[in-house]
Amino acid sequence: MSTPTPIVPEHFKQLVGERIHDDALRGNIRRATRTSLEKRLAVISDYDDWEELRSLGYDIKRHVIDHLPYYLKKFEHAAAAAGAVVHFATDAAEAREIVHGLAVQRGGPVIVKSKSMTTEEIGLTHALEDAGIRTVETDLGEYIVQLAKEPPSHITAPALHKSRGEIGRLFADTLGIEYTDDPEELTAIARRLLREDFLAADVGISGVNFAIAESGTLCIVENEGNVRLSTGLPKTHIAVMGMEKLLPDMESLGLFLNLLGRSATGQRLTCYTSLITGPRRPHERDGPDEVHIVILDNGRSRMMRDPHLREALFCIRCGACMNVCPVYQSIGGHGYGSVYSGPIGSIITPVFYGEKRSRALPFASSLCGACAEICPVKIDIHHHLLWWRKSMVGSGDAPRSERLMMRIFLAVSRRPALFDLAGRIARLFTPLFRDGDGGISVPVWRGSRSFPAPPKKSFKQLWRHHEQRS
Amino acid sequence: MSHTFVRIVHVSLFIPCLTDQLFPETGMNMVRVLERVGVRVTYDRRQTCCGQPAFNTGYHDESRRLAMHFLDIFDGDGAEYIVAPSGSCATMVTVFYGDLLSLPPEYREKAGRVRERVREFTSFLVDVMHVEDVGAAFSSRVTVHDSCHALRELHIKQQPRTLLRAVRGLQLVEMDEAERCCGFGGTFSVKHADISTAMLEEKVASIERSGAAVVTGVDSSCLMQIDGMLRRRGLPVRTMHIADILASEAA
Ligand code: SF4
Repeated sequence: MSTPTPIVPEHFKQLVGERIHDDALRGNIRRATRTSLEKRLAVISDYDDWEELRSLGYDIKRHVIDHLPYYLKKFEHAAAAAGAVVHFATDAAEAREIVHGLAVQRGGPVIVKSKSMTTEEIGLTHALEDAGIRTVETDLGEYIVQLAKEPPSHITAPALHKSRGEIGRLFADTLGIEYTDDPEELTAIARRLLREDFLAADVGISGVNFAIAESGTLCIVENEGNVRLSTGLPKTHIAVMGMEKLLPDMESLGLFLNLLGRSATGQRLTCYTSLITGPRRPHERDGPDEVHIVILDNGRSRMMRDPHLREALFCIRCGACMNVCPVYQSIGGHGYGSVYSGPIGSIITPVFYGEKRSRALPFASSLCGACAEICPVKIDIHHHLLWWRKSMVGSGDAPRSERLMMRIFLAVSRRPALFDLAGRIARLFTPLFRDGDGGISVPVWRGSRSFPAPPKKSFKQLWRHHEQRS
Repeated sequence: MSHTFVRIVHVSLFIPCLTDQLFPETGMNMVRVLERVGVRVTYDRRQTCCGQPAFNTGYHDESRRLAMHFLDIFDGDGAEYIVAPSGSCATMVTVFYGDLLSLPPEYREKAGRVRERVREFTSFLVDVMHVEDVGAAFSSRVTVHDSCHALRELHIKQQPRTLLRAVRGLQLVEMDEAERCCGFGGTFSVKHADISTAMLEEKVASIERSGAAVVTGVDSSCLMQIDGMLRRRGLPVRTMHIADILASEAA
C-alpha cells in the first residue's frame, strides 16, 4: 500500500516540516497551480451560466449516487453486451488480485499503463512490479514521478511539484542522457523510450474518467495520446474504476467533459477524448481483443450510506480544489502523505485508509472554503472536513490536553461572571509576557507572529461607561 | 445626512469573545457608528462566546452548550436585528447552528428564529439600513482583506468597499489575491503554526505590494493574525477593523 506510515499528527508535522521551508518547491507549486487557475478562469467565462452548470453537475451526480445500484447493473449489462468483461472488487487487495491474475495469464514483457488515481489508490503498479511484471507509466507526468520513485503529488498533474530543471536532471541521472531542460526535447525522449514499450506490451491498464451506464462506454480524457496507445494497442485492455464514476447517458457526458476539462487544466476540451465500448469488433481495424473493467468499491458503499461522506462520491477528480487551496500550495501533495491530497483527499483518505491512520488530515485546513467555491460539482468540502473533525474527536482521537482545555473553555464560557473574571486575571498577568514589538509572546504562534497585548478594559467594562453616560 | 432615517431600528449587539477581550474599542466603534446612523443599540452582558472555537476543532458537545447559552440570551430579546463586528461569528450562528451542530429540537426552533436576525456589521449597514456614507473621515491608503467566512458563507464582498469609498480622505486600493485566506483558521493557527505562517507570508506580501498604509476587514481575528506578522517584522502597515475606520471623524 502507498501509505506505509499512518498520517497521525506527529507524522504529518514531519511531512510539513520537510517541505514548508523549501522555497523552490513552494515556488514550483505556486507557479503551476496559478497557471491552472488562470486558464480555468479564462475558459469558464465562455459561459455566463457556469454556476448553473455546476448545479446541474451536482444534481446529476446526486441522482446517480442515489441510484447507484441501478446504474451499476445497467452499466454492467451494457458493457457485457458490448463484449467487455466486468469484475467487481470490494477492496484494494481484491482489485489487485484480479488485475494481477489477468496480467499473469496474458504474459508479455511489459505492461503499459496510463494515468489513473484509482490504480494509485490500490497500489497497483507497485504490486505488479513486486510480482516481477514490469509496469511502465506512459503519461509524461506519471513517467517522471515513476523515474523519481515518488507517488504523484497532484491528481491531474502528477509531477507538478517539479521544475523543468529538476526534470532535466532526473532524466539525465536515470536515463543516462545528456542534460537538457527543454520540455520538447524531454518529451521527445520519453516518447521514444515509451514507443518500444507500447509495441511490446500485451496488456494495457487505464483508469476511467466517466462510465456511461446506458451504453457501457468508458470515457477517458488526456492530452498526450498515451491513453489511446495504452488502451488500443495491446491485445488486452484492463480499465480500473471507482464505482462512483458512472453517468446516466451520453448527454450528461457532454456537461461533465466541460466541467472537468475547464476546471482541471483550463481546457475547453482535452486534446483526446477516448470513448471505448467493448473490444474491437470483427470489422474494425484496431483496438484490443478483450476489455476488462474492474469496478472498485473500497469504502465507497460506506460513503454512499453516510450522509456526510456521500457528496465526496460526486468528485470528478479535477484537482481544482488542490490548485486553489492555500494549504496545498504551501506543502504540496506529498505533504499530505496520502495518494489523494488536498481538500478532497482529506475527506476520502480516512475512508480508504482508516480514520485512525489518517486522523491528522481533516485538521490540515484553515476551513477557508476556497475548495467548495471552485468545485465543479459543488461538494461542500470544508463542511465535510468539519464533520470529520467532530467524528474523530468523538471517537476519542484527540490529545488529552486539548480535551481538558476545551472543557475548561466551556466551563468558563457558560458562566458570564467567571468569563469576565478570567479575562480580568489574564489582563493582570499578560504584561509579564510583553515582547519587543508591543505584543505578547505566545509560544504556539511560533515566533512568526506577535500576539496583541490585551487592553486594560473589556468591552463589557467599556459598555458600562457608555451606558452610564447616555 | 442622518435625518433621512424615519424609523428607529433596534439592534442587539453580538460581541464575540475575541472582541470583548482583545478588541473592545472595535466593539465600541461599531456602537458609535450604529448610533450615528440612528439605530437604538442594546447589549446583553450575559453573552460570552458563540462556541465557534470548539466547533471548528471538532468539540461539538462543548460547542452545542455554548450555542444553547447564546440562543437563550438572544431569542426573544426584542431587537429586530442582532449585529456582530465579525463575519465569522455571524456565520457560526447563521450557518453552523444548523444541521452540523445537531441542537435539541426546541433549540433548533430558537436557532431558526435567531438566525434570521443575525447580520454582520457592514452587511447590516449596506443591505439592511441602505447606508453607504456613515459620515466618516479618514485620510489614508486602505486595502481590504476578504475574510473567508464573510466572503464565502455570507457573500460579503462589496459592502465594506461601498462604505469605505464614502469615507472622506480615504483612498481605497485593492491588493492582489484579496480573497486568499490569511492562514488564521482559529485553532489551525496554533495546531499548524508552520502552514499558517506560510499562508500569512503570502498575505503580507500581497499587502505590501498594494502600497496601502492600512489593512482593514470585517473580522478582528484575521486582522489579528495579519497584524502579528506586520508588527513582528516591523513593517509600516497597520491593521484596523472597518468599524474603527468608520467611526473616525475629521479632526
Ligand atoms: S472535490 Fe471537486 S474540485 Fe476537488 S477534485 Fe473533486 S471535483 Fe474537483
